[in-house]
Amino acid sequence: MSTTQHFDAIVVGSGISGGWAAKELTEKGLKVLLLERGRNIEHIKDYVNAAKDPWDYPHRGRPTQEMKRNHPVLQRDFVLNEETNGMWANEQESPYVEKKPFDWFRGYHVGGRSLLWGRQSYRLSQRDFEANLKEGIATDWPIRYADIAPWYDYVESFAGISGSLEGLDHLPDGKFLPPIELNCVETDVAARIKKAYGGKRLMINSRTANITQPKPEQGRVNCQYRNKCWLGCPFGAYFSTQSSTLPAAMKTGNLTLRPFSIVSQVLYDKDKKRARGVEVIDAETNQTYEFTANVVFLNASSFNSTWILMNSATDVWEGGLGSSSGELGHNVMDHHFRVGAGGLVEGYEDKYYYGRRPAGFYIPRFRNLDDEKRTYVRGFGYQGAASRQDWNRDIAEMGVGADFKNALAEPGAWSIGMTAFGEMLPHHDNRIYLDRNTKDKWGLPVLAMDVEIRENELAMRKDMMQDAVDILEAAGVKNVQGADWGYSPGMGIHEMGTARMGRDPKTSVLNGFNQVWDAPNVFVTDGACMTSASCVNPSLTYMALTARAVDHAVKELKKGNLK
Amino acid sequence: MNRRELLKLITAATGTAMIGGTALLSGCATQTATTLRFSPENITLLDEIAETILPRTTTPGAKDAKVGEFMNVYVTDCYTLEEQAIFHKGLVTFEESCKKAYGRNFMALQSDERVTFINQLDKQARAEVAAGKVHYFTMIKQLTLFGFFTSEVGGTQVLRHAPIPGRFDGNLDYKVGDRGWATR
Repeated sequence: MSTTQHFDAIVVGSGISGGWAAKELTEKGLKVLLLERGRNIEHIKDYVNAAKDPWDYPHRGRPTQEMKRNHPVLQRDFVLNEETNGMWANEQESPYVEKKPFDWFRGYHVGGRSLLWGRQSYRLSQRDFEANLKEGIATDWPIRYADIAPWYDYVESFAGISGSLEGLDHLPDGKFLPPIELNCVETDVAARIKKAYGGKRLMINSRTANITQPKPEQGRVNCQYRNKCWLGCPFGAYFSTQSSTLPAAMKTGNLTLRPFSIVSQVLYDKDKKRARGVEVIDAETNQTYEFTANVVFLNASSFNSTWILMNSATDVWEGGLGSSSGELGHNVMDHHFRVGAGGLVEGYEDKYYYGRRPAGFYIPRFRNLDDEKRTYVRGFGYQGAASRQDWNRDIAEMGVGADFKNALAEPGAWSIGMTAFGEMLPHHDNRIYLDRNTKDKWGLPVLAMDVEIRENELAMRKDMMQDAVDILEAAGVKNVQGADWGYSPGMGIHEMGTARMGRDPKTSVLNGFNQVWDAPNVFVTDGACMTSASCVNPSLTYMALTARAVDHAVKELKKGNLK
Repeated sequence: MNRRELLKLITAATGTAMIGGTALLSGCATQTATTLRFSPENITLLDEIAETILPRTTTPGAKDAKVGEFMNVYVTDCYTLEEQAIFHKGLVTFEESCKKAYGRNFMALQSDERVTFINQLDKQARAEVAAGKVHYFTMIKQLTLFGFFTSEVGGTQVLRHAPIPGRFDGNLDYKVGDRGWATR
């Protein structure tokens, strides 16, 4: 232990929720230390591939065998590619154990996965917050929609979410910028779906954290329709830590950002039942430091926040801080997907498009609403798009030659496709735990994953495919084909749960303001806190819960309740 | 990441799977045999095969896009060793069957002979793929198309490219002959 430095607050992790915690805390006047385990990535300057075209990559974007060897997990999915190579955690330095198959996609750098995320941004609804209670599943959320609604307003306004107002009570509207438009085929297909299902099934604009109007106060330019978001946007057109929350936090003069800082544990004062601060291992020098603070926010990503808790206060609780509930590490959720349908749309051969959207359409959940009772509970939504086929298509009657080349140089038929994202139930036996026999590069024990989808998800997947087929066929789409390409937990990159919120310290790790029951000055506001998963993309909810928790934390600090 | 692309990737991979990009041939990533190398003659031959598939017309062809050299890089770095072996052996088979049919190697064929020979190979390869097998010509053709249309020549002079569109128009008029966009 060399030096000990004190801050008003420490935030662990600089991704979507950590960036928000840092912004909110610093703007409320607190001196904040933001810890990030990986390297720094500076906005614009370090987006090394942002201006590249396909031909600028030696392998035109495809993964090499060397990349696959280095990323045995990532190579299972499309996320391993030449464009984003180097933006994912090093699997040799930071291994984990798969008791059952689990794809864990981690961004270990400043900004975390906020640089790489899909940007789809939807609100949970009252139905989502009530579902566990009504169905007797897991435990009740300690909050309801009304508790979080003003915070959704708040974070949407700052982050910049484009979307359309639809007036649906199961997919609440928000403070939206104008939507990214549907193309002509999607617009007509949407109208046909609405008619065919009497408005019970709808195809709407996706809601995405890409700005369609500039935000000069944040130095952000509106989307330029390059569809290269995951390379970092030089225009700051999508929400990321770098484009949005980090500059706001920096502007206050209250922020200290420390990259290469692996938090190994929360330092716990068992007499006061409070956290004193955190222990940090410098990832480059292996030196250990202590930083103290009045309040600690864990935003290290769902599983890593829980990993920190499991490693903390083990002299008091063998299973770590928050384990007194018996729920720490349990109730892992993701969104199960990779099932859907696609087909061809005729009659638009005289239409094309200009510009590349970073979004498409969304079909909100329609199953198990109102009085419907399927063989499973909860539901799913679809994301998809229509486009004209490119050169990568089969022209069976033409093998080779000039005519073949000219034909491929023209766009092909219009195709439309969509993928379902389904809610996964919180199940106690879906869990992560510390494997003390396996160590990472820094000698720290790693996580083991023991998660699987169960009956409810498997039953839902049948509808996820068949409903996609039915919807497209009802809209006149031709050659519709449904498919289930298989899914392993983690592939949704929406890992949630493991330190759930609840109403009772005996059955939950966090209270209604994301405070660890056993250490109320420790807040966990990333995906770990989720009590159920809904079927919508979760990041917007982490933002709102974080802003709400910070507001509460600062009020409590002022009242002296967190000492 | 962009999940909308997922469906397209997978759909494209069902007909003629992108070899080396997907786990078409599994269980070979850990082989210890050494990577095979292409000779300059191999690369010239690949260029000529590619040019027969995508010839220069009023717009550039495969040789203009240096597709042979691209195949060298791609096969060497992105193919598994087993896939590489099929590709390299395929080039030998290619010349052997060419000599058998014409008594000369491919470089010595007239352009109409080249087209006939390649067309026949293409049909063969399609039949093999339909039967669930792998044919070396499928590899060559895939990489010709991929290497050409993702090259700067292919992307900007044969297809259209708008580096910074700045706006979206989802209802653009199209007439036959208008070129497709290089990226999506």
